Order: sequence, then structure tokens, then C-alpha cells
Amino acid sequence: MFHCSIVASLLATVLLASSHDSLAQSLVNRKAPHFVRHDLTGQSIDTAQLKGKVVLLNFWATWCAPCQIEMPMFSSWQKQYAPRGLEVIGISMDDDTSPVRKLVNALSIDYPIALGDAALGKRYGGVLGLPLTFLIDRKGIVRSRFQGETDPRKIEASLQTLMAGR
Amino acid sequence: MGSALALALLTMQFPVLARSQSTTPPAAATIPGAQLIQPEQLKMLLSAAASTRPLILQVGSRLMFDQAHIPGSEYAGPGSRDEGLNRLRGRVKTLAKQGFIVLYCGCCPWDRCPNVGGAYKILHDMGFTNVKVLYIAQNFGADWVNKGYPV
Repeated sequence: MFHCSIVASLLATVLLASSHDSLAQSLVNRKAPHFVRHDLTGQSIDTAQLKGKVVLLNFWATWCAPCQIEMPMFSSWQKQYAPRGLEVIGISMDDDTSPVRKLVNALSIDYPIALGDAALGKRYGGVLGLPLTFLIDRKGIVRSRFQGETDPRKIEASLQTLMAGR
Repeated sequence: MGSALALALLTMQFPVLARSQSTTPPAAATIPGAQLIQPEQLKMLLSAAASTRPLILQVGSRLMFDQAHIPGSEYAGPGSRDEGLNRLRGRVKTLAKQGFIVLYCGCCPWDRCPNVGGAYKILHDMGFTNVKVLYIAQNFGADWVNKGYPV
């Protein structure tokens, strides 16, 4: 009986570990969860309208220092690669908009920024560390997931591959 | 020298970073090593008798807490903002100073965390003598959830 309970606990631990990790990883090569949000300017962001675009979806927060370093780069990619169909969307995981607006203005970020919530985070496999960036192809399929500080060259190389595709 | 120059260049480039330097909360590195607890150690404590289990307070992001948190933990943050520190003060003010408390965050890599250092300092300054901080190297997802620890 004692051995059975140990085995059961170990099995549960393995299953739980694999289920949480696999939920995050399982988004890769699957349809990106759909959402509709309003950005800081009041414009609607509807991911269903982004078919045909390559989407860089970045979860961030004002208290995340690596996020503040990435975002101006994403902004410059938005300008550079817009003709090739890139759409950058930022989802802030802050609790309210006031610090978000301040930072977005200070960094001159001009791609759409919306506020996230726990439900959206869970649908994207759990946003349990920042920054977290997804690359989504023109058919709405998640192709890459970058968790934490990432060499921007890796992200850009993956973007180039997706933009070269139809 | 190289990193000081890099920081100077970064703060010139990113004014918010420059402003945040002057009001930066204490870094996680200010927490003494003896006050850190590793994830596997805390996981074992979760199944200990109730009388030996610590009060576990998450002092990071509310949205991250709402998605997943250590069972039995309470939200008392964020440690990087005054309202979060006031929330923390309010939660602990009636507790015995020798009570066992564990703080955690897990928003970002340990050396980037803006929350745990300030939260630890508050409890230390209030006279709490039995406070540990959960060492999360990368983030809560990687170092707790993905290891199959309970949420």
C-alpha cells in the first residue's frame, strides 16, 4: 500500500510536470488562441483579422527590465518589416494602464499595446515569466515560443523565415 | 568598466530605465544567501504538518498569481511598488515576529527581479526574524510549474 502511494505520487508529479510544460510547448505548431482586445488608443485588435500577416505577439510588463530592452527593437522591426506583412502586438501583464501608458510613451512604442489578464495568459499556456514572445505564421499557426531574455538575432531569424513563407 | 559603460549607454537610450535607477527597489542580490530557500526544499515543506508550514506570500505580479501560485500562498505584492509594500505590511502586521514566512515572486530571472528585495527588506525592518525567500533562477513557470511542483 505504501509503495503504491509513492508510485502514484511520482506518476502524478510526472504527469503534472508534463501537462504544464506540454501545454506551453503544445501551442507550437497549433492554431494561436483567438482574442479581441482594445489597445491603448481604443482601437480593436482582433487576431482573426490578421490572417496573411506574420504576427509577433509579445507578453511584457513595465516592471520587466529585459522587456524594456526588447520593445524598442520590436518597434523598429514593425517599421522595417511592415511591407513584408509583420504585425507586432504587445500584451502588458500589468495590473493597470497608467504605468503602461507612461512607459509606452517614454519608449516611443507605436505598435498596438493592450492589457492582458489571467484568462488570456492561461490560453497561451500560462504567462509565468516575462518576456514571452510568440511568432505566428500567416495562417495563424504558432511557430515559435521564446521565453525569457532571448538573443534578438534568434527571434529575427525566425521572423525572416516566416516572412519568406506564404 | 565594460558593464558600467554598457549600463550608461542603456540608460541614455532608455530614459525609463534611467529614471528607474534612481528609485530602484533593492535588488534580489541584497538578500543574504542564508535566507534563501530552494524550490525543492519548499516543495517538501508543503507536505509537512500544518504547524511547521510557513506562511507563503507571493510578492510579484497579481496576474501571474491568478494564473498559477503555490498552494496555500497569498498575494501580497507587488514588492516593487508602494501599494504592494503596504499590502505586505498590512498582511503581516499582526503576526508574531518569529513566525516562519516565505516570500516568492518568479516574474523574471533572479538577478532581474524587482520585487523580492524590497519585500524582504520590509519584513526585515519590521523585525521578522524567520523569513526565507524562494530562490527562482529563471521564472515561476520554468523553476516551479514545469518541474511538476504543486500549483
